[in-house]
Amino acid sequence: MAGSTPASPISNAAVASLPRQRSPGAEAWRRFRRHRLALAGTVVLAIIVFAVVLGPLLWPVAINEIDFAASLKGPSWRHPLGTDDLGQDLLARMLYGGRISLAVGIAAMLIAIVVGTLVGALAGMSRGPLDTVLMWITDLFLSLPQLPLLLLIIYLFRDSLKALVGVEASVFILVVGVIGGFRWMPVARLVRAQFLSLREKEFVEAARALGASPLRQVVRHILPNALGPVIVAGTIDVAAAIIAESTLSFLGLGFPPDVPTWGRILFDAKDHLDIAPHWALIPGTAIFLVVLSINYIGDGLRDALDPRKVM
Amino acid sequence: MSRYLLRRLLIAIPSLLGISIVLFTVLALAPGDPFEELATNPNVPAEVRMNLRAKFGLDDPVPVRYVRWLGAMAQGDWGFSFASRIDVDTLILQRLPVTLLVIGSSQLLALLIALPVGIYAATRPYSWFDQIANTLAFVGFSLPSFFTGILFILLFSITLDWLPFVYRADISATGWQWFWEHFKQTLMPVMVLGLFQGASYTRYVRSAVLDVIRLDYVTTARSKGLAERAVIIKHVVRTALIPVVTLVALQMPAIFGGAIVTEQIFRVPGIGSLLISAILANDTPVVMAVTFVLSCLVIFFNLVADLLYGWLDPRISYQ
Repeated sequence: MAGSTPASPISNAAVASLPRQRSPGAEAWRRFRRHRLALAGTVVLAIIVFAVVLGPLLWPVAINEIDFAASLKGPSWRHPLGTDDLGQDLLARMLYGGRISLAVGIAAMLIAIVVGTLVGALAGMSRGPLDTVLMWITDLFLSLPQLPLLLLIIYLFRDSLKALVGVEASVFILVVGVIGGFRWMPVARLVRAQFLSLREKEFVEAARALGASPLRQVVRHILPNALGPVIVAGTIDVAAAIIAESTLSFLGLGFPPDVPTWGRILFDAKDHLDIAPHWALIPGTAIFLVVLSINYIGDGLRDALDPRKVM
Repeated sequence: MSRYLLRRLLIAIPSLLGISIVLFTVLALAPGDPFEELATNPNVPAEVRMNLRAKFGLDDPVPVRYVRWLGAMAQGDWGFSFASRIDVDTLILQRLPVTLLVIGSSQLLALLIALPVGIYAATRPYSWFDQIANTLAFVGFSLPSFFTGILFILLFSITLDWLPFVYRADISATGWQWFWEHFKQTLMPVMVLGLFQGASYTRYVRSAVLDVIRLDYVTTARSKGLAERAVIIKHVVRTALIPVVTLVALQMPAIFGGAIVTEQIFRVPGIGSLLISAILANDTPVVMAVTFVLSCLVIFFNLVADLLYGWLDPRISYQ
């Protein structure tokens, strides 16, 4: 990309101060810190994760305690975030739902990264017909309409899996598996591109000359150097998976009503917008804040880990 | 150009077949049996059910069933909707125009925002305008479309009471009044989709223009004494649009996903809300057909993107 404008002013600064030796981790952290919004995103996300993990211990109100006397009330001391139509405490439900939303996001991201890395590594190492076939499958998956297929698969498999492992576990497995299964393609492409260029580098050639097996070349030499863009893509995937899960729940096809994920709370709230706007605004804002923070963190990580520009 | 078009068409066929295989596999792997209700009905003897299964070919090997299913889909024989009591293809043809109208206008809106904002921001990188546009773009594509929809309803329908939030197909007014009513009720769905897409397109356009604007041929164009406006519009933007077209084509599946959500929020009677109601009503033929139609639309728009490449960069079609 000779002569092009750098993606951000940060990379300029990073080049200027090269001579001092730093460990790669410290260097990455220094570059990440320069991205102020990414830092702010980290703080916001940390607060939300902290609240969601520890919150239910500090705010021990049952998520399904029905109290019709207090239904559809706005924020008050008794219910800091108000109540829903059954008088259930929204703060407790938000904290509980946040755990599920975040868990879905992280689990789906892990699936996407593992599958994507495997496919990309196989394609990048093999060249020849296997590469062609794998890339054709990747392109095919990229052109599938994901949300309709997601809905179709959940619609077809919901009941039988429910009989197998119970309602909540089955929905969790389905949602995570399907979202992860539809998000590995960008990772696979990134990894393949990295592999194609890294496998020709001198240090890999040196390892090969010393008799390293292909597996050892991949695991010890190529993969660690290809991880930067994968981490960036993985971060963005968490946000995308959280949105996908909320979308499913918002369409009424994700988690059942007694599991209050953020999307589900929003789905329940949308028919009471005129009398209880807080009920919809709280989960919506939570999703927005988490996704925005993660996107900014991804942007910062890109500056920190990925000297190349990725889309 | 026509040979290029033909080649792209031939490349589209395997992807269409691939999608149909994926769809059919999902359907074939799915548990559940269309004659399950008969199995639990004590009035239907087991052999009647077996005969029905044999008649509809449910016991044939999977490849045979796939070929038969594909043949039926290709001939437009998509089955019968249990819930709506009409043929699936009629049902989809009724619903498709609204969806295409909403998606089309929202893409237009997205490009009308993204092209000027992205180009202007890229010509002044790190200026105030650029930073504000960048922040707004980040906010824009971090807002999930279902939440934007709810915010719009809260603001424009409930607080300000300007726009209706339920889409009505049966508006009785005529002439300009009819047009105005339709415009008012289409505005919010189009804005929700268009602003979301516009936000991500703005970032694409900005980075694509930034990549091109410092290239040598742009400097040449400037040193020839061309006006800055001509340099940007004729020389920079045309080249920069090539990666943008790729990214827009890659976004197509997400656009249809967004359309499903918006149609559901505003109760627009398009194929997205048809899909949801069919799923909730266990109406399998409709679910399958809508998914298939949406897949075909994605492939079709990828073809359009290929044609646009040929127009933007004539070298591509001669390769």
